[in-house]
Amino acid sequence: MTDFEKALPPLEKYAEMLQESEAIHGISLWQDAWRRLRRDRISMIALSFLIILGVLALFTPLLPLQSPKSQDLRNRQFLSPTLSSVPLQIKGLDGEKYDQQVSKLWHNPGFFDRMQISTRVLIFGDFSIPSLCGTDHLGRDLLSRLFWGARISLIVGLVATMVSLVIGVSYGAIAGFAGGIVDDVMMRIVDILYSVPFIFVVLYLISVLSEDEIQTWLENHGIHRIIILYIVIGAIYWLTMSRVVRGQIISLKNEQYVDAARTIGAGGMRIVFVHLVPNVLSIVIVYLTLTIPSVMLFEAFLSFLGLGVEPPSVSWGMLANESIKVITPLEIHWWLVFYPALAIALTLYSLNFLGDGLRDALDPRMKNK
Amino acid sequence: MSTFLLKRFLWMILTLWIVYTASFFLMHLKPGGPFDGEKKQSPEIRKNLEAKYHFDWPLWKQYGYHLGKACRLDFGQSLKQKDKYVNDIIREGFPISATLGVCGLSLAVLLGISAGVVSALQRQTLLDFSFRTLATLGIAVPNFVLAGFAIIIFVFVLDWIPAAGWGKPINLILPSLCLSAPFAAYISRLTRTGLLEVLNQDYIRTAYAKGLMTPAVVFRHALRGALLPVVSFLGPATAGILTGSLVLERIFFIPGMGTHFIEAVLQNDHFVSLAIVMVYTVLLFTMNTLVDLSYGLIDPRVKLQD
Repeated sequence: MTDFEKALPPLEKYAEMLQESEAIHGISLWQDAWRRLRRDRISMIALSFLIILGVLALFTPLLPLQSPKSQDLRNRQFLSPTLSSVPLQIKGLDGEKYDQQVSKLWHNPGFFDRMQISTRVLIFGDFSIPSLCGTDHLGRDLLSRLFWGARISLIVGLVATMVSLVIGVSYGAIAGFAGGIVDDVMMRIVDILYSVPFIFVVLYLISVLSEDEIQTWLENHGIHRIIILYIVIGAIYWLTMSRVVRGQIISLKNEQYVDAARTIGAGGMRIVFVHLVPNVLSIVIVYLTLTIPSVMLFEAFLSFLGLGVEPPSVSWGMLANESIKVITPLEIHWWLVFYPALAIALTLYSLNFLGDGLRDALDPRMKNK
Repeated sequence: MSTFLLKRFLWMILTLWIVYTASFFLMHLKPGGPFDGEKKQSPEIRKNLEAKYHFDWPLWKQYGYHLGKACRLDFGQSLKQKDKYVNDIIREGFPISATLGVCGLSLAVLLGISAGVVSALQRQTLLDFSFRTLATLGIAVPNFVLAGFAIIIFVFVLDWIPAAGWGKPINLILPSLCLSAPFAAYISRLTRTGLLEVLNQDYIRTAYAKGLMTPAVVFRHALRGALLPVVSFLGPATAGILTGSLVLERIFFIPGMGTHFIEAVLQNDHFVSLAIVMVYTVLLFTMNTLVDLSYGLIDPRVKLQD
């Protein structure tokens, strides 16, 4: 043993230190936030509600619901919530007859939906849940329309928010990182856009898109009108997001890790999207949960004005619209107003609560509390 | 201050020009002109119609002509309501929509701030909790759904208020309440959070130590600092009120600008819809500028930079 080796602590000491360090688990921001979120009961209820809703919406065709489109004006118009049901009359059919019945009962199901429908017929046969939420002015089952509407409303909310996320984050991040005149110009543009009454521009765009000529052209190119609706809605909801992200990026861009990245030769784009953007994700997620409700509300507005989702597709906004149209002094079909309102309110309520909870959970001042 | 206003004015002109240009070309590129009605016209009539409204000119020439007229606040004649000038339609619709909007916005501010102040002062009590629940409800329920409930309850079940119509003050109650609900909810939340933060500050303790009563402390000292987020919310709130009134005018059959606008867009009445878009842009821009101006009034630390 040399003198040098003697001066070092014995090997066992190292083993001990190693053991000690292994016992300590670092807690990342996300783990910490998740721990705090889990203790927040209201947020957890909201989160579970949203997850259940999402799963149910995804597997709607699998549920033993009545047909969302078959009408019965004579017997089933304006039924208040009842226990009577309409069997599907699909069991035992095969080949072409089966396909006919499917397209009679459901609007243009895709491959995934078709698979679910045949599984459902296998499991439940003709059985369908009674009209627990009543029926509408054409005798269609409200419960099943609510579920099918959930699919569209949720997808609009998610996709449009994603569009706004992509635009807002890249715009804000680039403006904040570039600084100087680029930043000035980019933020001026945002200021101008804040003063544009977007609802009107959207109404225009949508009425343009609803023209038959344009619609057939789009369909020939495989673009569904609803996809454009998502993009349009998303394209107007990025303004606040870009401002928030820009502010964060400006405060982060002088950190040491940015200098370090620059030293090893990373380019501007790489620094922004690989190093800076992940660090603003927490605030972005909070804004995301608050953007989804406003986007869903906006879709409801558009559908209400008859400019959003087109029948035979269903969305919650459309259901609310239909219900308000049939309010008359003679008969009050309360269930038609109540259940869609309940669905919209519960979902938006949960999203708002989850957003508040996430904001608290991700707040760095609350760390390790 | 005057340079700020001048700069803002120039920005407004620029914004208006951009919005005008974008809307103009969007409209004119849209297939299906204003004269493709239910009735088939003979080619001569159609030609004359197009000549009357200068639709036979090349697009850039039309654009220049209409832009020039718009600069003199002349938006021409309606393409559908043959006997009316666009300015007449706006003159009819604007006061109605403005009344509704102003009522909605002031109601939102009034209800929101009072609920927020009460909530903040009575923190963690039943009152606070119920106000907060109401506020979240107000945010989560779209106002047309609220309108549906309000009509069922107040018009049909209780029979207090006539269903629809315009002209009497009583017709204003339901629409402006429904219009203000979501914004009142937001404002009460903002007020509550802002006030709670301010109430912990040293100068509030000083005010109490001087022997001031709670109302004096809250209204003279605390509220001023707490209102900044509320004021900055008023810009987006105006945009929201414009959107909301579009829907509520439709539900309550109010003959305001929103109703005219939707009709005009759906029927390709280009001149009317263009003019209304311009009016709304001016409104929104003015409101945003007012908001920026009032920052300086409320918080002396804020300096107007532009």
